[in-house]
Amino acid sequence: MSENTPNKPKIGVYTCHCGTNISSMVDVENVRDWAKEHLGSEGVIVSRDYKFMCSSLGQELIEKDIKELGLERVVVAACSPHLHEKTFRGASERAGLNPYLTEMVSIREQVSWVHTDKVVATAKAKSLIAGTVERVAQNAPLEKLKVPINANTLVVGGGISGIQAALEVANAGFHVYLVEREPSIGGHMAQFDKTFPTLDCSACILTPRMVEAGSNPNITLLTWSEVVSVTGFVGAFNVTIKKKARFVNEELCTGCGICWEKCPKSVIDDVYEAGLGYRKAVYTPFAQAVPKYPVIDKPNCTFFQKGTCKACEKFCPTNAIDFNQKDEYLNVEVGNVILATGYDLFDAGRVTNYGYGRLPNVFTSMEFERMCNASGPTGGEITLRDGITKPQTVGIIHCVGSRDKNYNNYCSTICCMQSLKFAHLVKERTGADVYEFYIDMRTAAKSYDEFYQRVLDEGTLFVRGKVAEVTDAARQPHEKGKLIVQVEDTLIGKQRRIPVDMVLLSIGMEPRADAKETGKLFGISCSSDGWFMERHPKLDPISTMTEGIYIAGCATGPKDIPGSVSQGAAAAARVLDKILQKEVELEPIRASVNENKCSGCRICNNLCPFSAISFMPELGITRINPALCQGCGTCVAACPAGAISGTGFSNEQIFAQIDGILMGI
Amino acid sequence: MSNKPKFAMYWAASCGGCEIAVLNIHEKILDVDANFDVVFWPVAMDAKYKDVEEMEDKSILLTLFNGSMRNDENEKIAHLMRRKSQILVSFGSCATEGCVPGLANLFPVNEIMDVAFHTVTTDNPNNILPQTSFEVPEGTLHLPTMNSRVKTLAQVVDVDYYMPGCPPESHQIAAVVDLVIQVLQGKAQLPPKGSVIGAGNSTVCDECPRARNVKMIKAFHRIQEVAPLDPTLCILEQGVPCNGPATRSGCNARCPRVGAQCIGCYGPAEGVLDYGARLVTAFASVVDAKEPAEIESILDGIPDPTGQFYRFNLADSLMRASTSNWKKNGH
Ligand SMILES: Cc1cc2nc3c(=O)[nH]c(=O)nc-3n(C[C@H](O)[C@H](O)[C@H](O)COP(=O)(O)OP(=O)(O)OC[C@H]3O[C@@H](n4cnc5c(N)ncnc54)[C@H](O)[C@@H]3O)c2cc1C
Ligand code: SF4
Ligand code: SF4
Ligand code: SF4
Ligand code: SF4
Ligand code: SF4
Repeated sequence: MSENTPNKPKIGVYTCHCGTNISSMVDVENVRDWAKEHLGSEGVIVSRDYKFMCSSLGQELIEKDIKELGLERVVVAACSPHLHEKTFRGASERAGLNPYLTEMVSIREQVSWVHTDKVVATAKAKSLIAGTVERVAQNAPLEKLKVPINANTLVVGGGISGIQAALEVANAGFHVYLVEREPSIGGHMAQFDKTFPTLDCSACILTPRMVEAGSNPNITLLTWSEVVSVTGFVGAFNVTIKKKARFVNEELCTGCGICWEKCPKSVIDDVYEAGLGYRKAVYTPFAQAVPKYPVIDKPNCTFFQKGTCKACEKFCPTNAIDFNQKDEYLNVEVGNVILATGYDLFDAGRVTNYGYGRLPNVFTSMEFERMCNASGPTGGEITLRDGITKPQTVGIIHCVGSRDKNYNNYCSTICCMQSLKFAHLVKERTGADVYEFYIDMRTAAKSYDEFYQRVLDEGTLFVRGKVAEVTDAARQPHEKGKLIVQVEDTLIGKQRRIPVDMVLLSIGMEPRADAKETGKLFGISCSSDGWFMERHPKLDPISTMTEGIYIAGCATGPKDIPGSVSQGAAAAARVLDKILQKEVELEPIRASVNENKCSGCRICNNLCPFSAISFMPELGITRINPALCQGCGTCVAACPAGAISGTGFSNEQIFAQIDGILMGI
Repeated sequence: MSNKPKFAMYWAASCGGCEIAVLNIHEKILDVDANFDVVFWPVAMDAKYKDVEEMEDKSILLTLFNGSMRNDENEKIAHLMRRKSQILVSFGSCATEGCVPGLANLFPVNEIMDVAFHTVTTDNPNNILPQTSFEVPEGTLHLPTMNSRVKTLAQVVDVDYYMPGCPPESHQIAAVVDLVIQVLQGKAQLPPKGSVIGAGNSTVCDECPRARNVKMIKAFHRIQEVAPLDPTLCILEQGVPCNGPATRSGCNARCPRVGAQCIGCYGPAEGVLDYGARLVTAFASVVDAKEPAEIESILDGIPDPTGQFYRFNLADSLMRASTSNWKKNGH
């Protein structure tokens, strides 16, 4: 071991083989010796390599050196800091070294995995290590920030995922505000008849959960409501919720249903009945709605539009109708938030060649779900658009709007199973012939492929190929009066024209139309597809980059009911973990304003993605709330006065790192 | 010879404005005379380099050095003045950041010569260009040789203090003169070596009285295209690129006060390494558009980015010069 260089902190360099992940492309021993020889003058007093630095033996190696050699800085050249920064900082902390004096160099993701020439890769690894050695010498010890946690939780979205999350938190004894924008909770699941793969009745398994959510004393259920503003930070969010006027006094209403029975105004129900059925202007979306109180749909109510009617008011036995009700704004404090806002459905009309909206007997999957439902518009009868004729042949088209570069590139994951469910239901209820037009069959979950086998056995015909067109233009006599599905059957390598009576379009899932705005409201981002973005797609799929904001269910991407429920429960577990810790520790990587240098130019004021920046008009300067700031650096780069600095990314650190990298070349 | 402390002022590559600014301190100039013995000041009195060379090292107390390092003569005198002075002040924008002469760092010297000696108004049929040495019967005459790039004073010699401004404001010069006199009288202390003196610690916006809001810029205009300019609202918010947010305070926001955008003559704020880069990121941050095409068209409203962002600071920026100018002398 070499002598310490005066004025330089004592630095240890640890280079990992990562099995052969790194050592197959980087000459690790050579890097180790080089660091000892060439970086000795920069303060490196020890340089070691190890097969797996992250193993407990590897970590002990570092801890021992810190204690015995009095290391003041540690550099670990291994995988990405995303994976193991915590591990190695933890090791340093255990040995009594401030964790922020330890830095990682990614020589796996940024070197061994992306190079094919060992000489070059080894040289690059050295250069990056030299940069980090210079940088780490400039690091200052930092202390984590601690914030107390408010034990209340906000859950946004009352689909199955949000319901699950709310129940888990409430049953653990903590208060939940469950905010749902529609008149009832339940989400998409409330619209289905049967659920794959077990074919149990959707309402039968969902409504008990809904009732539980409606009656749990720890849950404040706010339906017909939306979050309008969020300020604060993990542990202390301040949320304003708009309770839209229902025009029904919830204290008096018993949910008897006389009002909607008497209401003269029928309205096409685009939401719950997917446009296939009607509801009244005063309504609950469905019989088992939770809560049971109806809402008056103001734009469609005869009284609101024409000034006379009030049939509901006249007949209500408890005088619960209140035409003067106003929107209410509620202010609540919560420590954590779970967003479970679900999905929208792809607009089938966009694929004009499938004729939806033009050819009456082309239906969307959601229309078909309602048609199958015993309490739906057809009373569970599967019929053509005329409401009478039973189909003899039904074609189900997969991947409508999914896996298509013209619409959405991703697979909506549930529509293969949902199409198989439909094939089964059609067969069971009408005995019709069923064709499934699929590109690939995706049935990869527990009991899913078995269900596919079952539908195969039931005699459904499968055509592998992407449907080009659905048309009513007959070319042959037997095509007259039919819908013709034009498809290339890729298994036999032929174009086929298959006449059917009814076409079902398995439309894909899309992010909520307002997902971006919702994301902005809560300070989280969306992926390029528009789904809420996870902190880590594999290892942390229900957290976001904003502390205290969790995501669950289809809001994070297409998934089935079991997946949505699991994520709801997982998000709840995270929240409970946070609540039980009573305090949250925040990474001290934060931006701060030097108030003497800030001129109040206000360049930075609108830039913070986490709303951490505010202007103090009386002082003429800008401030950053350290608990809100996530250390993204946007404002640091923007401030023309150089008045904002980011801990961990000072000019000195960055330039030292650049110097080191250049020196190492 | 009196035993008053000695004062010198020198101009390297500069316009002369800094000298005027010093004379512009009015009756304070009498204080200079009362407290100092002016030993060398080419613009004000006759003196020869030889006289300075003969002085004892460190015999001059205070030298205000203005002008950038354009040629070998500039550099030679910089070294000389450094040797002879106790306190060497990099005075004005040219000495401190290269200023307008520094913009020449984007072009090789021969191109600059070609352009300068072949303008429309230059009558040069024989294509005569300046020579660095020329034989006459009396012997060889020498002219200074241009460096491949303009340097700041501090890039050539060790500097004690920096005084920004193009030119430094007279009230700031007066204040600095006062300070030095007070130090001589034992009533004050010099700031730490390397400090910026005669300027503020914030930016021009800090001294600017114009009202400002959250900035959202939809278009950039040249000032003459915005008529009339709102006299009370931030000029930048009106779409005229004002460099005030990035420029060191000290001038009392001279330009914005009279309805012109700040062009940045006081240089970067404390601790800023690259003035232009700071401004570019700042302006880019407040461009109010999402689509690439729209962003492009907004940015087209700044037709001369180098002039806008680096008019004073190019020679002291991180890049300092174009590659060809770097390669020439290898430094
Ligand atoms: C046709 C079809 C059939 C399907 N069949 C099955 C099946 O048989 N089996 C199966 O496992 N899966 C099935 N699925 C998938 C299933 O629908 C989803 O997995 C599940 O419903 C997702 O639940 P969620 O709570 O995440 O979202 P959602 O059900 O969409 O619920 C989200 C809720 O949030 C509310 N909301 C949205 N935005 C806001 C806001 N800003 N503020 C307040 N509230 C808001 C919405 O009103 C909604 O109530 C099917 C999907 C389709 C399209
Ligand atoms: S789940 Fe099946 S139908 Fe749906 S997009 Fe994926 S492959 Fe297509
Ligand atoms: S670094 Fe600046 S922009 Fe980024 S989160 Fe912090 S305050 Fe906001
Ligand atoms: S950009 Fe910098 S100087 Fe301007 S208001 Fe923000 S912190 Fe202050
Ligand atoms: S006019 Fe210029 S100096 Fe004044 S506040 Fe605006 S940007 Fe700053
Ligand atoms: S406002 Fe700007 S350009 Fe004008 S004098 Fe001041 S610093 Fe120089």
